[in-house]
Amino acid sequence: MSDEIPDLLYSDAERALSDALASLLADQGGFDKTLARIESARVYDDKLWQAVGADLGCAGLLIPERDGGAGASYREAAAAAEVLGSFVAPVPFLGSAVVATTALLSVSSQGDLLAKMADGSMTTALAVPFATAPGAAYPTSVRVAGARPGDAAKAVARLRGMVAGVADALPAGVLLVPADGVPQALYLVDMAAEGVAKAPVTSLDMTRQLCDLSFDDVPATLIASGPSATRALDAALAAGAGILAAEQTGLAQRCLDMTVAYVKERKQFARPVGSFQGLKHRLADLWVSVTQARAASRYAAACLATGSADAPVAVALAKAYCSEVAVQAAQECVQMHGGIGFTWEHPAHLFLKRAKADSIAFGTADAHRAALASLVNLPAS
Amino acid sequence: MLTEAEATPEAIRDRVRAFLAEHDPAEMASQDFNDARFDAGLAWVHYPDGLGGLGVSRALQTLVDAEFAAAGAPGHNAELNAIGLGMAAPTILAYGRDEQQKRWLRRLWTGQEIWCQLFSEPGAGSDLAALATRAVRDGEEWVANGQKVWTSLAQHARRALLVARTDPDVPKHQGLTYFAVDMTDPGVEVRPLRQLTGEAEFNEVFLTDVRIPDADRIGQVGEGWKVANATLMSERVSIGASRAAARESGMIASAARTWRSRSELRTPGLHDRMLRLWTEAEVARLAGERLRQQLAAGKPGPEGSAAKLVFARLNQEISGFEVELAGGDGLRYDDWTMRRPEHTNFYGRGPGYRYLRAKGNSIEGGTSEILRNIVAERVLGLPGEPRLDKDVPWKDLPR
Repeated sequence: MSDEIPDLLYSDAERALSDALASLLADQGGFDKTLARIESARVYDDKLWQAVGADLGCAGLLIPERDGGAGASYREAAAAAEVLGSFVAPVPFLGSAVVATTALLSVSSQGDLLAKMADGSMTTALAVPFATAPGAAYPTSVRVAGARPGDAAKAVARLRGMVAGVADALPAGVLLVPADGVPQALYLVDMAAEGVAKAPVTSLDMTRQLCDLSFDDVPATLIASGPSATRALDAALAAGAGILAAEQTGLAQRCLDMTVAYVKERKQFARPVGSFQGLKHRLADLWVSVTQARAASRYAAACLATGSADAPVAVALAKAYCSEVAVQAAQECVQMHGGIGFTWEHPAHLFLKRAKADSIAFGTADAHRAALASLVNLPAS
Repeated sequence: MLTEAEATPEAIRDRVRAFLAEHDPAEMASQDFNDARFDAGLAWVHYPDGLGGLGVSRALQTLVDAEFAAAGAPGHNAELNAIGLGMAAPTILAYGRDEQQKRWLRRLWTGQEIWCQLFSEPGAGSDLAALATRAVRDGEEWVANGQKVWTSLAQHARRALLVARTDPDVPKHQGLTYFAVDMTDPGVEVRPLRQLTGEAEFNEVFLTDVRIPDADRIGQVGEGWKVANATLMSERVSIGASRAAARESGMIASAARTWRSRSELRTPGLHDRMLRLWTEAEVARLAGERLRQQLAAGKPGPEGSAAKLVFARLNQEISGFEVELAGGDGLRYDDWTMRRPEHTNFYGRGPGYRYLRAKGNSIEGGTSEILRNIVAERVLGLPGEPRLDKDVPWKDLPR
């Protein structure tokens, strides 16, 4: 299993998707726009998501064709995530098209919702803290509350509780809520239902704003319970971590490219600062790290795509490795841009904030190394 | 030249089987068998017809080798002749004259003649083009004098690839010429070079009035730098032929084994390092496989330079970790006796040996510092280092 390595290159279809997405984002998702948006009331760019998600089909990449999606795999999703990461695009691709979609695909008969997600008319978010790692204990901060009259006839349950720091929930129309009860179960909640409150969080990553969700006896529809709910949650978190590693790879590559371009232009002491070995060697090392990160994230995507038995190792490996490379790349980007890199007007900080937040999202590098310790039998004591 | 139908995997397999039906390895002397295999074009199938190959895709070599191995065919001294096969042969193929190719390649491939490489000098390491070994023309011969260093396999070699200075009055890159040297010439003296591990894997080679026929010059006079670069490049291509390594192969294997078997050595700090190193080693393995896939797809990327940098650093970090993990036992060393190992083995012996041997990994085959320059300049396109020696005659360079 671990010795048979799948194709780690990009297929022609993946390249075509990446190119189309990159040109769309260059055209419609420029940094000036993003910079203007991050202090506005609406960080998420609905118009951009319409273009990326609906027009280009990224919203439905993982959704089967019979439900209106592209019927593609995690390989294509990873290719898209790389490009989105390289633009720190403020769209709910990861939360809706990867994480929530994976959870919904894991439970049966959600075709109607998936169809709306595929055509971009609806986005869905999984209501767990963004820092939740795959394999985490089932969340208990939301519980099943007592039924109200008429609930049974409508087959709704009532949920009460709160979830802090949820990603991609701000633009979502539907929430997937794991809730504690007997048994533990997964529910669908309409964001517009009475009793649902979302409070935007002042987030470190200004291009993926989190929110705190609270549920005050909100009506909810059960979609999975017991082991199938746990499976759906685990699958969603693993996909989130694995595809986030691709986003981190794309972000790291972009930081490297921006920095290399800048140090060729910027002159001090009458020469390009990129001619100094003190910078050249660090950039060479960063390039090496990015080549390694690409192999790791491609492997995770390939394992997720085929449901390989090695997927848990592949995801933990990729998230542990790419988290640190993306942060290193963003930090070097700020440092090697010198003064301009420390300003608000230059986009370097968008990458730094995204990279640092990504390194915590779906489990820190340390948490994923701890997961590897048990997966590959290297115990702590 | 084979037709397309003759170059399919099936047709090549049939060809090997037909050869084996005529030549029973159990009945023939190894040399005779390998000579016949070479003459049948089944030595290295991507080489031209008449030079041990069939002019077909290199990818077919794997199946050819597998067929011969299954039939119990003898080896051709490939491990001892790594430089001959990996570096000398491609250079001879690219720059050698027809007569030289005919004269050298068969004996090279069959392992009858081991080759070594006389490039580095005490005064020319990273700056190889500044080398000082002189070759002076004397009629139909050249007379070479100088000192070479870090020569693997010189004690076994019958022939050597030599780069020597033939014109000191032009800038350093322009005054070099490339030769094949007969290592049995009385002017060639091979001395073991002892390393910090205690053993002598390498040699120093002293050349005193060594006479080289002009017929053994490879490439034009003054073209030595170009030919030498071809030799160094061919080293990289050979990576592509290798199979994907298994998980936990290489330096990480023994560290992981020790971790699993010696629970009393585990501490939280060491655990964190163990996991970081395991992660990096596994990612490097995947990156190596990705590089192999790129080469197999005919799209070689520049990632080869990354592989060497990572390989050196990880070997050093993992072996350093292993010595520390051993605790008190890390204070012991297996053996300082001067030895002459036949093969390089980065992963052999004890952790102490591996730690010391790995120090060479960031120096041999291009230092990590030079590799970073190469990545920065050739991959990232950053400005080159200031070159004060480019247009100065070699004889006027400070030394």
